[in-house]
Amino acid sequence: MPSQLIEKYFRTNSLPHIWCPGCGNGIVLRAIVKAIDNIGIDQNNVCVVSGIGCSSRASGYLDFNTVHTTHGRALAFATGIKLANPNLHVIVITGDGDCAAIGGNHLIHAARRNIDITTIVFNNNIYGMTGGQYSPTTPTGDKGTTAPYGNIDANFDLCELAKAAGATYVSRSTVYGANMIIKQVEAGIKNRGFSFIETLTTCPTYYGRKNKKGDPVDLIRHLKEISVNKTEYEKLPEEKRMGKIVIGELYRGERPEYTDEYIKIIESFKGEI
Amino acid sequence: MKTLEKLNVEENLCKGCGICVAFCPKNVLEIKSGKVHIKNLEDCIECGLCELRCPDYAIYLVFRG
Repeated sequence: MPSQLIEKYFRTNSLPHIWCPGCGNGIVLRAIVKAIDNIGIDQNNVCVVSGIGCSSRASGYLDFNTVHTTHGRALAFATGIKLANPNLHVIVITGDGDCAAIGGNHLIHAARRNIDITTIVFNNNIYGMTGGQYSPTTPTGDKGTTAPYGNIDANFDLCELAKAAGATYVSRSTVYGANMIIKQVEAGIKNRGFSFIETLTTCPTYYGRKNKKGDPVDLIRHLKEISVNKTEYEKLPEEKRMGKIVIGELYRGERPEYTDEYIKIIESFKGEI
Repeated sequence: MKTLEKLNVEENLCKGCGICVAFCPKNVLEIKSGKVHIKNLEDCIECGLCELRCPDYAIYLVFRG
């Protein structure tokens, strides 16, 4: 029997999950349910929406209201769910390809609307499920099956994108520091507005193997080495910032929330009928 | 006060990735025949890092009280 936490929030009859040995997705998923457990919100009052990809298989393992939607459209479905039932805690689980490539437009518009959805991106720098094609977050120069000589694209900084598009909570963490994921998901759920949490995870099967980055443990150690907390990063001299990834709470803002504004419009007409 | 009842391993969930073994600060765990195995429980400091980072929910601490 798995732990109490897993028993409570997972459809344990579908475990073990399909993720490869050493895949970081399971670490992020546990951190998400731990955050929900810490806040103490009712399981029936949570809706988890996911798109397509390795990460998006997560919804199938969770014992909440769950929707496994089409590629890139998790945020579009989630927007509808949230508008139909504004009291629901809507959580979107998506991958880097799902969120930044196919669903890129949905991401910027969900952030622009500041709709109260907590989006957690499992960023493993590659399309794992379909065979290791490079994604918008594959670092420049790194390899994928579709970039055998190295990727020439500049990689997306998803947190900057979400912030610029209007998200009111933006943070980044890694599977090495899974406790940070828990704290950030809690903060994201509590934020009344669009919360964007990028979690850097590992794909030993495709990204790790294609780029000769070693086994699952090496990949997690690598994440530890390249990530640096925001406050620490700001103190670093320019030459030491190269190649570092900033983690921690990156942005907090205050703007009207979308469903609140929508309800205000409905209320404004009630008196006239 | 919470006391450790046991460090539980779910063998059928373990995929033998070795993450828990590598990040255990007290070298309590090892991989045997492709699965995690508790080597010396007496050294365990109940930090829970194995449970935190196990991607397969195969290892966890059980507390009493």
